[in-house]
Amino acid sequence: MASFTPNISRRELTLVDKVRAIQWGLVLLIAMISGIGFAMLYSAANGDVQPWASRQMTRFAIALVPMIAVGLIDVRFWFRSAYWIYGASLLLIIAVALRGITGLGAQRWIDLGVIQLQPSEIMKIALVLALARYFHSLAAENTGRLSHLIVPALMVVVPAALVLKQPDLGTAMMLLASGAVLFYLGGVRLWVFAAGTLAAAAAAPLAWSLLRDYQKTRLVTFLDPERDPLGAGYHILQSKIALGSGGVFGKGFLLGTQSHLSFLPEKQTDFIFTMIAEEFGLIGGLVLLTLYVLVIFYAFAIALRSRNQFGRLLGLGIAVNFFLYGFINTAMVMGLIPVVGVPLPLISYGGSAMVTVMFGFGLVMNVGIHRDVRISRQGESRLG
Amino acid sequence: MPRETQREKLLTRRAALLAGGQAVLGATLAARMYQLQILQKDRYTVLADENRINLRLIAPPRGRIVDRFGVALADNRHNYRVVVVPEQAGNLEATLTALGTLIEIGDAERRRVLRDARRKHSFVPLVVRANLSWDEMARIEVAIPELAGIAIEQGMIRYYPYGATAAHVLGYVAAVSEKELTGDPLLELPDFRIGKSGIEKSRDARLRGVAGTSEIEVNAYGRVVREIATQPGQPGQDSVLGLDIAMQDFVTRRCASEPSISCVLLDAASGDVLALVSSPAFDPMLFSTGLTPALWQELSTDLRNPLTDKAIGGLYPPGSTFKPMVALAALAAGTITPDSAITCPGYLELGDATFHCWLKGGHGTLHLRDAIKKSCDVFFYETSRRTGIDRIAAMARRFGFGAPLGLDIPGERGGLIPTRDWKLATTGTSWQPGETLISGIGQGSVLATPLQVATMAARLASGRAIVPHLLREEQLPPGGDQRLPGFPSLGIDPRHLALVLDGMGAVVNERGGTAYAARIPDPALAMGGKSGTSQVRRITQAERDHGLRKATEIPWKERDHALFVAFAPVAAPRYVCAVVVEHGGETGGGGSAVAAPICRDVLSEVQRRDPARRIPQPDSVSQGAPPEAPAPSLAAIAPRRL
Repeated sequence: MASFTPNISRRELTLVDKVRAIQWGLVLLIAMISGIGFAMLYSAANGDVQPWASRQMTRFAIALVPMIAVGLIDVRFWFRSAYWIYGASLLLIIAVALRGITGLGAQRWIDLGVIQLQPSEIMKIALVLALARYFHSLAAENTGRLSHLIVPALMVVVPAALVLKQPDLGTAMMLLASGAVLFYLGGVRLWVFAAGTLAAAAAAPLAWSLLRDYQKTRLVTFLDPERDPLGAGYHILQSKIALGSGGVFGKGFLLGTQSHLSFLPEKQTDFIFTMIAEEFGLIGGLVLLTLYVLVIFYAFAIALRSRNQFGRLLGLGIAVNFFLYGFINTAMVMGLIPVVGVPLPLISYGGSAMVTVMFGFGLVMNVGIHRDVRISRQGESRLG
Repeated sequence: MPRETQREKLLTRRAALLAGGQAVLGATLAARMYQLQILQKDRYTVLADENRINLRLIAPPRGRIVDRFGVALADNRHNYRVVVVPEQAGNLEATLTALGTLIEIGDAERRRVLRDARRKHSFVPLVVRANLSWDEMARIEVAIPELAGIAIEQGMIRYYPYGATAAHVLGYVAAVSEKELTGDPLLELPDFRIGKSGIEKSRDARLRGVAGTSEIEVNAYGRVVREIATQPGQPGQDSVLGLDIAMQDFVTRRCASEPSISCVLLDAASGDVLALVSSPAFDPMLFSTGLTPALWQELSTDLRNPLTDKAIGGLYPPGSTFKPMVALAALAAGTITPDSAITCPGYLELGDATFHCWLKGGHGTLHLRDAIKKSCDVFFYETSRRTGIDRIAAMARRFGFGAPLGLDIPGERGGLIPTRDWKLATTGTSWQPGETLISGIGQGSVLATPLQVATMAARLASGRAIVPHLLREEQLPPGGDQRLPGFPSLGIDPRHLALVLDGMGAVVNERGGTAYAARIPDPALAMGGKSGTSQVRRITQAERDHGLRKATEIPWKERDHALFVAFAPVAAPRYVCAVVVEHGGETGGGGSAVAAPICRDVLSEVQRRDPARRIPQPDSVSQGAPPEAPAPSLAAIAPRRL
């Protein structure tokens, strides 16, 4: 990309300009949510920073600097790297899938020595980046042409299919959903969505007939956990008991009986929201949901003020991704949707998810900092 | 750049729609939280509490059973068992091997522990051995610092200090059976014991007490996290018996000379049962700790029925001890008078049948007093014939025959007093006059328990409808009871009673009386009584013709029963005693030869001790085991060749 010579009308942003443009409010909100997470991990360990809270705090502290760094790096770098990042993520997912084929069983992780990486997590961001770039470059008149939609559709479907094979239905669905959101925001005509839905519905019976019996059983159990009262059904019941018995004000910090007596499964990861609602009640749950809403609102505001389509799509894509994360997790623990292994962003214990979410918010900040940078369809940019 | 602006507008519009969709979903979450945490809060709070709070029952200590002087006959004793907690033991096999060097651990026990360890949570203590001896416990206690995961737990076990001595009265406790479950959660405790017979059964509800509860918080795996609240239960109430354990012990040892015997000793004034012995007995402790199938087999198939309380549940023809009933019925009906004379030639002919007197040559001419004294059968055949079975039966019933007396332990039987109606109803044939004669000497269909025979004597002595009972309201106050229970009068002419009692005095104290050999020499302590020998099988004419066989030549099971019933002191009776020696005992002698000496010894001893009035003396009633108490081992009552 030797042609990368930004078309600057006034002047390049200096580092000082960028630092001054950092949305500290967003950083503060993220820190507040993470803080709640630390407290709950402390509680999940029965009032001990070991083993979860301390490590999570360390990760947060370490991830905070890269997040701001991601925000300060020139937006055009991310624009140019979007496909590369996507490609690398796809390779990682393929690598994981191959490892699975060679007989190591269901495997979602790649051990990089220092950190265990979950490629499907990285893909959530990479997909948004790649689609944002694609739709930035796509002429408005082409958004209704199927020929121009085949490539982005493949960009969504290929990783989703690979993730589904892991099997990780939750992440696969999230990839499909955030892909659909970017198609929608990218201006794709509504009839394309209608046609896609119809095609999916038509293909469903065929796909069903191709499934093996044990796969069918697994799918049915996933959709109807009552069939497995000692497995997923038990977890949801215990989760509802914990939530319901929390009442308005909760049982108090460290006093949640369901979570502390191990009736609640996975309380430090997928079911941590239940623990918050048990110990702090309806009030605590709503406070957390409000913080999430504020973060999403903030991200939406940042994205919509961007002067380039890439930034808008990127910011909104990541915000919607964040929303989907939070919604699927909370709806799951409340028994509104089937149990899928989706963590609660910024709160659940886990390195990959935290790094991914922080990276994502780094990009949102980047969009905000570089909101006035104009990027041409091919990637050249100028300040407006 | 109109296209760019158009695209931005489209995006903004669609972003707004997305935000709206997100708002709807967010509102759904809030609504769901409202539903769960406000509308259904109560329901889930209950579920959460049920999840975590376990109600654990604390078994109350079982009430004691004490005798009239407060001596404990059934008590609770600590019982020690060694348990292992696999989680703390680490290497369970090595721990068990180490423990095996201190106490014996069988292969079966070892396998059971290892199997349970795989099945149960690793923090659940597993019992390695129960009922540790003091010695074994000491050895383990010393080594416990080196034995990780090994602990000694304390439990309660029912303890009977006197072993088999009052086994039938006290009964025993054992694990609750499926049928006995009433819904009381206490009964479902694994170590809980329930009364199965005797006082332990009849007073079970009061002895049991009320369970305490301990609310404990458990986690999803059942591990106890902490105790929330404890409510101590109510210990079981003690039960006080009228029994005098010293007398019970004396009678038991005196009875040990016979293979199968029962003896009842009553306070004729109060109805208190002072001793109730059915021998052989069993060690009630065996049921507390768990009986081996072999022992159970042995106990339940023994011909002498060690598990049955024969004193209240054994049915015997009362034989000549029944004659006072015939005498009173006849006197009341006027069919004889004290001066009526009847001649005994040694037999009485009625129709085609001949009824023999026990004395082959006959007694000659007798009045009632001598007929009782010499137990003349012909006199009572004739008296019965004149009086009729229905009047005899009515009199017998007034004295407690024919129906259970309502003793306060289970297992009592009512016996049988035949009447015309009874025979017609049960066999469909009419009563034969000969049967009246047989019934008049307490044979034929007449059946009674030793308790009924003793009660008869108590009612004869008092003229009142004494009802025997084991339980007392409280321990005997110093100097004896101030107020005796007011039993109603039987309404018998006192002169008739005096005449019968006089005759019974003559049985023992006059030369020529059937039990003269068993008299008590001290006139102040002298007893009166009546012997009885009841046939178990019919004596055939062929046997009479060839001369009766000696008892020792007849198989034990076919020999006659020997009975004696007595009261003392003869002038103002206070104690009554009835003895039934099944099949005449070792020697096969009749009532006066075998049973009377036992009555004599028992009545001598009870008058010496005088438990109806006396206050206990510490030297004679020790709190521990009685002096030279029979070892409560089963070997002591193991079947001899019969």
